[in-house]
Amino acid sequence: MSALPAAPRQGRRAWLLSNSPASRLQARLGRAYMVWLRFSANGLAVAGLAIILLLVLVAIFAGLLAPHSPTLGDLAGARLLPPGTPGYLLGTDDQGRDILSRLIYGSRLTLFVVVLVAVIAAPVGLLVGTVAGYAGGWLDAVLMRITDIFLAFPKLVLALAFAAALGPGIENAVIAIAITSWPPYARIARAETLTVRNSDYIAAVRLVGASPWRIVLRHVMPMCLSSLIVRVTLDMAGIILTAAGLGFLGLGAQPPTPEWGAMIASGRRFILDQWWVATMPGIAIFVVSLGFNLLGDGLRDALDPKEGAQ
Amino acid sequence: MAMAGTVQAPRSSQARARAWLLGFLRFATVIVTTYLGLLAVTFFIGRVIPIDPVLAVLGDHASASAIAQARREMGLDLPLWQQFLLYLRQVLSGDLGTSVLTTNPVTTDIVRVFPATLELATFGTIVGVAIGIPLGVLAAVRRGSLADQVVRLVGLAGYSIPIFWLALVGLLFFYARLRWVAFPGRIDVAYEYTFTPITGLYLVDAVIQGQWDVAWDVFRHIVLPGCLLGYFSLAYVSRMTRSFMLNELGQEYIVAARAKGLAERRVIWRHALRNAAVPLVTVVVLSYASLLEGSVLTEIVFSWPGIGSYITNALQNADMSAVLGGTLIIGSVFIALNLLSDVLYRALDPRTRVR
Repeated sequence: MSALPAAPRQGRRAWLLSNSPASRLQARLGRAYMVWLRFSANGLAVAGLAIILLLVLVAIFAGLLAPHSPTLGDLAGARLLPPGTPGYLLGTDDQGRDILSRLIYGSRLTLFVVVLVAVIAAPVGLLVGTVAGYAGGWLDAVLMRITDIFLAFPKLVLALAFAAALGPGIENAVIAIAITSWPPYARIARAETLTVRNSDYIAAVRLVGASPWRIVLRHVMPMCLSSLIVRVTLDMAGIILTAAGLGFLGLGAQPPTPEWGAMIASGRRFILDQWWVATMPGIAIFVVSLGFNLLGDGLRDALDPKEGAQ
Repeated sequence: MAMAGTVQAPRSSQARARAWLLGFLRFATVIVTTYLGLLAVTFFIGRVIPIDPVLAVLGDHASASAIAQARREMGLDLPLWQQFLLYLRQVLSGDLGTSVLTTNPVTTDIVRVFPATLELATFGTIVGVAIGIPLGVLAAVRRGSLADQVVRLVGLAGYSIPIFWLALVGLLFFYARLRWVAFPGRIDVAYEYTFTPITGLYLVDAVIQGQWDVAWDVFRHIVLPGCLLGYFSLAYVSRMTRSFMLNELGQEYIVAARAKGLAERRVIWRHALRNAAVPLVTVVVLSYASLLEGSVLTEIVFSWPGIGSYITNALQNADMSAVLGGTLIIGSVFIALNLLSDVLYRALDPRTRVR
């Protein structure tokens, strides 16, 4: 490192922001640092990041944080207690289960759904989009027609029908949502591919003798990643809402699993007298979705200053 | 969905006609393949995913001969592509199967329940557009101000709140606590048997027939779910309005209009908004389509007898033909509105016309 011993902080900053990076690592870190500078200047975006980090931590340490069992309640002594009751901060539900503990364990399910949908749908979209964009011709036409067809479908209703046919369960809900959410990623990946396809560095790689697969995987896909990450982050809120909707309809996780949407559904029966049972999980969904939306907005502004100017 | 946007400006009338025909054919292909795709998906969901559709219909106590006969009758012994053709012919002739739950043909059921959904979604879109566009314009004109931030947060919240939860909370406040709105449902029991719908849109029907007490009752039923849906439309419409308006306000013709000495109000509402209106129309159509879909979850909470309630009731009773029929109808309308927004954009923006 070329950091000066007298001012290490200043030196590291200069090293990161250098216009003539000496190594690949320096260039990469420098770029990441610039993105972080732009991102951290946006207060709302940092708040969103904080919410998501909190969600991850809560999900990891659910066992330590939750004061009660998420599935076993105290039917005799703690049914439908209002929020603020000693020992039950957010109250209890109709089976005497602590709502706070259920929310804490439910964060695992939310994270599970979001991550799994992203892991399934994003690579599929990326592959379809880059292959279509790079190959061109009839392959492009066919792949994009299929993408457009899926893009024109109503997502929630289709996920509903898929989940109904596959049977209730959180894995099936994930599959149903993933099937309906890959097309926008394919569109984005294709658009990015078209912009780099005829650039000099691709021509150089081709000249060296790289196979089309290698070009697509190693040289085109990385260029699509940043816009894809932004889009996936922005979609996370929608995925959470769809999953919660499926849970609300009884098509997601099955009782007694503490899935937030299903919790709202079970609290619906006594919304008029015990409002907290249905209200608390909704607030949790809202906060997490808002976190993802703020994070996504911030990432978009940070990764693509052009777009952010609008 | 490229129609004829990239066609070079041909001069002769023959070339123009050919370009038009080419664009038309391309658009026709888009329509046909999209609908075929939708039918393929519903076919796939209904016939391929269940391990044995016969078992789903007859139950597991049926005799072997009954199962074999049902297989033949349902065409399950045919190759898959023939089954699909059979399915196509059925759907195209308006046969969506019979609902196990209501014992009616699914088509009849849907014709009965669809107007309720249509009325709700239309109400929501009107609310969303009437409030969302002025809010978006305000946010764009006062960019960076407190008003802009508030509009942004209102919009972001709309993207983050589960609609069925907001519906429950709304019901808790406006019905249970404040008593401002009517009990869930479409119309009071007192009117249910005396009121004769004409179009199926109750609000319109009541006004046509001059039954103002009924109209008021219907309004008290629709106002809460309609406004809730409207909020979600507002979130989308205001966000897009802001973005389109910012785009227009940065153009040179705005500077020219201001330099000419026009009142700021006229510059914003007549000059800028008029140009922003072209993409906005497509946004409004798309938001209408998403409300038709979004009403599924709202209808359950409000016991609204629309297609959303129909599908979910069917779902809970394993009535697959009704579920798929409803999916097909919502999907078809959704696709049609998508295509319409495409057509409208081309029709309204002179720059995309074939010269």
